[in-house]
Amino acid sequence: MSDNSSSNAYWEANKRIIYISLVIWAVVSYGFGIILRPMLSGIPVGGTDLGFWFAQQGSIIIFIALIFYYANYMNKIDREFGVDEE
Amino acid sequence: MDQYTLNLLIVGASFALYVGIAIWSRAGTTAEFYAANRGVNPVMNGMATAADWMSAASFISMAGLIAAVGYGNSTYLMGWTGGYVLLALLLAPYLRKFGKFTVPQFIGDRFYSQSARLVAVVCLIVISVTYVIGQMTGAGVAFSRFLEVSVSTGLWIAAAVVFVYAVLGGMKGITYTQVAQYIVLIVAYTIPAIFISLQLTGNPIPGLGLFSEHTASGQPLLQKLDQVVTDLGFNAYTAQGSMVNMTLFTLSLMIGTAGLPHVIIRFFTVPKVADARWSAGWALVFIALLYLTAPAVGAMARLNIIDTIFPSGPKAEAVLYEERPNWMKNWEVTGLLKFTDKNGDGRIQYYNDKAAGFASEAQARGWKGNELDINNDILVLANPEIAQLPGWVIALIAAGGLAAALSTAAGLLLAISSAISHDLIKDWLKPDISEKSELLAARISMGGAILVATLLGLNPPGFAAQTVALAFGLAAATIFPALMMGIFSKRINSLGATLGMIVGLVATCLYLFTYLGWFFIAGTNMLENVPANYLFGIPPTAFGPIGALLNFAVAYFVSMATAAPPKSVQDLVESIRIPRGAGAASGH
Repeated sequence: MSDNSSSNAYWEANKRIIYISLVIWAVVSYGFGIILRPMLSGIPVGGTDLGFWFAQQGSIIIFIALIFYYANYMNKIDREFGVDEE
Repeated sequence: MDQYTLNLLIVGASFALYVGIAIWSRAGTTAEFYAANRGVNPVMNGMATAADWMSAASFISMAGLIAAVGYGNSTYLMGWTGGYVLLALLLAPYLRKFGKFTVPQFIGDRFYSQSARLVAVVCLIVISVTYVIGQMTGAGVAFSRFLEVSVSTGLWIAAAVVFVYAVLGGMKGITYTQVAQYIVLIVAYTIPAIFISLQLTGNPIPGLGLFSEHTASGQPLLQKLDQVVTDLGFNAYTAQGSMVNMTLFTLSLMIGTAGLPHVIIRFFTVPKVADARWSAGWALVFIALLYLTAPAVGAMARLNIIDTIFPSGPKAEAVLYEERPNWMKNWEVTGLLKFTDKNGDGRIQYYNDKAAGFASEAQARGWKGNELDINNDILVLANPEIAQLPGWVIALIAAGGLAAALSTAAGLLLAISSAISHDLIKDWLKPDISEKSELLAARISMGGAILVATLLGLNPPGFAAQTVALAFGLAAATIFPALMMGIFSKRINSLGATLGMIVGLVATCLYLFTYLGWFFIAGTNMLENVPANYLFGIPPTAFGPIGALLNFAVAYFVSMATAAPPKSVQDLVESIRIPRGAGAASGH
């Protein structure tokens, strides 16, 4: 294991990306899909509104993108901080 | 060839495939039995996780629930996929780094306590057995419908098939069997959906068809659907739902997903920490193939059913009962579709007779109440028949439904057997047990769990959805908070985590039993299961996040009032946060 300050910085960087990802996760599902749907009702999508699309399709697509982005980002910082698996 | 023979052939061929794979990859050592020697590629693991995860509830039941309510049931779609984000970000990589076999093992080591581990074993067994009962019931119903046998015979057939490949194969067998099952179930789900999407919208991709133009009317499909359902007094398909309940229920399903031991155990089986992150992503890709199709299946089936009943539109006369299509006759036999000619005109009036605003129109048209009862759960299975698709598609959907139910049951059984043989026997009751006897104990506990689940499935504790809701609520309230705090806090100690899990478990059980009956035995509920009785209006199905909150709060305050965990445990937490040094499998 590398020295303490480096592993702390790694953990802080990890927590930051988790925090940002979870905000997006919540905004596309609970936000656009449920709570903010009335506000988005003016934006038409295929015979209905944007909120409906987020609730039945958009949120799922963004969940996938989030996980792949996170996995990719973490692999990168694993190497940067020298904590990747040899 | 008649439909029955075709069903037998296609379902039989799919089973021969699963059993063949299980025998071919028989587990030799304990490491292979539990974790497939960690040799499973992330894409394959993702596919197996998807098969594990998508049960009879996703395959048979979900599209029907969405069809019945529309937008309001989008909760299932978001809830059962969003949990994977939590898994990938908050749990999977760290649990893989920890490098042991079972969820209770992590809880026992992190909270340096045999009692914490035992509480985790109890939670795991309660969650998994409850979930298995639902799967066995679902598999039993599907077997009985397609093989034309009684429900109990269908259930015993299901038990025998699960026993053969779960018990003989172990995890490695299950992983490859589940890859095969995933392929069967996704093909079975998608093919009828593509046919129907082409018929209605001309778009071969159902997920896009949902937002396309309805060819026959030239209107967007969802507008057409809104129009025909409101013409019959139902709520518009895209109408707004209750925000608070939708949010809580979605949250319960998401946290529950991330706390289900049989899903978490999957991430122990990948070679590297980085692979655990990718695996969660791949799992969600394969799950999304079904979940992006399901809302289209629901909406299109609803439109097709109304079209069948009102061939010239809801404003014109309904179809004559004598001229009803064959699929209605087939499902009438099962009792899941019923017609009562209330006004004696020989036609099938299907409308919302509970809508006050529609009563005058119904009266003017001489209707005396809704005459057709359609059980939501038949929708996916009946869908190919409704759209008049060829017989092999109908047989295929049977094979798919069974693959979904059986693969989930097998994954749950593996989680139960490893908790009993590894956490209870090997590490607690009889540490000097030989590898061979441990494997035997794992197989016996699987057999025992199948027997218990089958016996309970003969007289199911309630609807499958209620049973599944208990499993999710419990996972959300017990396992997820304990794991998350174990990774993200160095301060949560043994007493805090143990009490937290107990409070989460007991509170959630009590809330559910209050409305649904003690241990789900009908008639023993203390309050009627109606919204007026709910605490702050929270339905039992959405109680998971409250249980989780109680768990977090108790763990936090108890830990703060007592001593911090020892240095060695704090070092363990440090080490699981960093991928480097993730070693090979180890039992201890």
